[in-house]
Amino acid sequence: MTTTEQAQTDLVTLEVDGQELTGRKGEMIIQVTDRAGIDIPRFCYHHKLSIAANCRMCLVDVEKAPKPLPACATPIAEGMKVFTESRRAMDAQHGVMEFLLINHPLDCPICDQGGECELQDLAMGYGRSVSRFTERKRVVKDENLGSLISTDMTRCIHCTRCVRFLEEIAGTAELGGMGRGENLEISTFMGRHIQSELSGNVIDLCPVGALTNKPFRFSARAWEMSARSSIGVHDCLGSNLYYHVRGGRIMRCVPDENEQINECWLSDRDRYSHFGFRAEDRVESPRIKVDGKWQDTDWDTALAEAGKALGSVRDASGGQSLGFLTSPRATTEDHLLVAALGRALGSENTDHRLRVSDFSHPLAGRARMDVTSDQWSKADAIFLVGSNIRHDQPLLGHRVRTAWRLNNARVMDLNPVAWKFHFDLAERLIVPPQNMVETLARVAAAALEIAGKSAPDGKLGALIENREPEPAASNAARNLRDAENAVIVLGDVALNHPQGAWLRSLAQVIADALDVALCVLPGPANSQGAWLAGNVPGEKGLDARAMLEEPRKGYVLFDLEPEFDCADPALAMKSLGNAEKVVAIASFAGRDLLEVADVLLPLASVPETDGSFVNLDNRRQWLKAAARPPENARPGWKILRMLGHGLGLEGFDFVNLNQVAGRFDEDQLSASQTEPMLTDLDDPVTGQSKTLWRIGDVPLYAGDNLVRRSAPLQESAHAEQSRIGMHPSDAERLGVTDADRLRVSQGGEAVELSVELDAGIPPGAVRVPMATCHSRVLGQAFAPIEVEGGQS
Amino acid sequence: MQATDSPVAGKAELLTDETRQYIDHWVGKFPEGLEGRRSAIIQALFSAQQDNGGWISQDLMDAVADYLKVPPVWVYEVATFYSMLETEPTGRHSISICTNISCMLCGSQKIVDHVESKLGIKTGQSTEDGRVFLKQEEECLAACTGAPMMIVDGHYHENLTPEKVDEILDKLE
Ligand code: SF4
Ligand code: FES
Ligand code: FES
Repeated sequence: MTTTEQAQTDLVTLEVDGQELTGRKGEMIIQVTDRAGIDIPRFCYHHKLSIAANCRMCLVDVEKAPKPLPACATPIAEGMKVFTESRRAMDAQHGVMEFLLINHPLDCPICDQGGECELQDLAMGYGRSVSRFTERKRVVKDENLGSLISTDMTRCIHCTRCVRFLEEIAGTAELGGMGRGENLEISTFMGRHIQSELSGNVIDLCPVGALTNKPFRFSARAWEMSARSSIGVHDCLGSNLYYHVRGGRIMRCVPDENEQINECWLSDRDRYSHFGFRAEDRVESPRIKVDGKWQDTDWDTALAEAGKALGSVRDASGGQSLGFLTSPRATTEDHLLVAALGRALGSENTDHRLRVSDFSHPLAGRARMDVTSDQWSKADAIFLVGSNIRHDQPLLGHRVRTAWRLNNARVMDLNPVAWKFHFDLAERLIVPPQNMVETLARVAAAALEIAGKSAPDGKLGALIENREPEPAASNAARNLRDAENAVIVLGDVALNHPQGAWLRSLAQVIADALDVALCVLPGPANSQGAWLAGNVPGEKGLDARAMLEEPRKGYVLFDLEPEFDCADPALAMKSLGNAEKVVAIASFAGRDLLEVADVLLPLASVPETDGSFVNLDNRRQWLKAAARPPENARPGWKILRMLGHGLGLEGFDFVNLNQVAGRFDEDQLSASQTEPMLTDLDDPVTGQSKTLWRIGDVPLYAGDNLVRRSAPLQESAHAEQSRIGMHPSDAERLGVTDADRLRVSQGGEAVELSVELDAGIPPGAVRVPMATCHSRVLGQAFAPIEVEGGQS
Repeated sequence: MQATDSPVAGKAELLTDETRQYIDHWVGKFPEGLEGRRSAIIQALFSAQQDNGGWISQDLMDAVADYLKVPPVWVYEVATFYSMLETEPTGRHSISICTNISCMLCGSQKIVDHVESKLGIKTGQSTEDGRVFLKQEEECLAACTGAPMMIVDGHYHENLTPEKVDEILDKLE
């Protein structure tokens, strides 16, 4: 009873332009009219940002109010009568527009925003056709905000959307209003570059041409481009977006709205990655290596060569002597076909989990989502295990921040680096990689104790039992128990950790004991699609690691760069280098790929091709080809069909992509997944010994071949500097200081890098990130590493 | 609520002990938490300015941000907003001449002109010998009854005439 009464009093009925509308108490007029599709002009209001009410463009006429009121900041009231088009409202809006234009330059023809400018549009509707302003307009000096955002601050109308975005959503508070009155300028004041990994969103938010897309600037007009709906392909979220295309070329990228996925935001990585397509080492035509020299050739020759290579290895040594490694970022259909090609050639060695090193968990690299990721915003406790979520999946990081910001969620983490997050952490367990399993075991021990449950059988139980949880571990467990909607998130570090299976099993013990949701992220974009498409080894097959540890005679590489994308680059290069034949289907060919491959087949990769991606929440989303690939490049499914056909294999007689897509079993997407509880695993490493371990996380803009080639991203603040991150105490022990150069080596290969002292790195480990030019000769991401003094 | 990784970490050490105590005193007057600390920015800057001979350097703004643990941009906003806070080096003595309506009606423009020509500087500038700083245009300083008026080093001087101004200025060391 009470609840219905409550609901009734919570509803407010008002009349807008004669139309009866209802809204919830506390809502603003503009929220109700937006829902009803009644148009009220606005500049500063944005539904995801706090209300500033500083532009006054939304003035409406409210009955009995002495003057027009801002619709964005006037709460609705019972019986309120609002007129959005009355004389008084229109007069007010016209007046505001005239004031806004006083200092705004009339330079639309040379403004990048021209044609898609909120101010231009509204000025058409509400502005005067002749300016009465004859005084001088003000001019504002521009700042350099970095490689992604261009500024023309003279055009700024001080709506503060950018300021509020960076403060509230991005959490970096990098822009502010400096000065006041006519001298007010939106600026960083210090001339610092914008650091947020979500910075590009201020371009969409800016209603005028003050903040525009720097690498896109002056290259096309809005009306010359067509919008192609697509999705982001650089993390497992799959943000919805549009590519704006002119003449077959992607000119820029903007977000599409999807509340369940990216809301209305886009990470800089998804927004600016497409500039990578302009890189010089794009594979533009089929190539074969003849006597160690690369030659351009036609498709027939190259395919025949590739077919011969694979056929001969199979005939001589059997199908199992072939290995198939696929970048997870391939489409689900390509994954299906690579797996099919492998099986048809008699090989079960197909895998996409290139950076994973522990395969003892049968579901390694497969997502498990007890709650969908959009629910994270509503969580009240989140425990991040092995996850630099802000870099690995920037918009999932935003979800965690939202939970912390709006829901007071207690966020905790167990990580090998005290990464800088945009939320506060209630507890931090920062331990070197070799201690992560033990530490999580202590959290599990605490969880079992407070839940009064007993440890599981086998080695897993033995690992947990008799642990003495430190206060931070007990607090983490307690915070999870006390929360109503708690989530444990296993991120990319946990996935790629050499004891990933232990971490996953321990997390499961905690989740079961405390009855909280477990979310295991699947790794890079479309890892989930690859799993469900069956691009994982068959029963007798070898996984991505084993395929390289037990070298195969022939390999097929699908859109990957072994020196950057594999768990152990040194090993990968060795095994590929020693193989008899390597067929590479690739969109880009860097130095190392050219060295190991024998045939190069030019790939039209996403988003130049159709196909589907499956995100962490098991949503299958379709990409339509947005850009025109180089003339001679072909989509993966066509290349694989031609290869299969040429080899006379069964199952490659389809003629279009739909036939391939139909082979994907969609029922899997909704099927519930049973997580096996592994009780017996290999003994975990323990961190007692003195050896230093490497922390080899993948930097924000190094994850795949496209982002690594995007010039604007590589020039931005987050481009990775190849350095050795080290805790000051380790540095002291080794007798080195900041900026000294040191040699680090793994498996006999060494590189010399300068040292950066960083108290955020735990003693006992040094950070040498993966997928960088310098680390390409090194070995595994999370493994012992030798450090010796070099010359300073 | 905010959590930011700060580019100003470690700068707080630039503040003197007196300033820190002064800031602590003001922080205590506001509710706990980030917004409360934000409220203390004005007083913190004011104190830092006094310690620094009348103006606040960018390093000092960062120091205040670090000490108060607030995003540095918030501090820059405050420092640039208030005309009592100077962000450029200034002369030893500060003169603010009110030019708001009452003073304007009573001839403040004449006073400004007189001072400018006497010192050979425009408002917003300091004399070359570093003796006098003439503030940018000032709004009503709440002494309309004695218009036109000016403030010199915190002291009010009312019912000004060019002669009276000469007398006051000549006394400045
Ligand atoms: S730069 Fe754009 S978004 Fe920022 S305040 Fe100015 S007009 Fe608004
Ligand atoms: S939109 Fe309402 S005041 Fe700006
Ligand atoms: S107008 Fe000058 S003191 Fe008020």
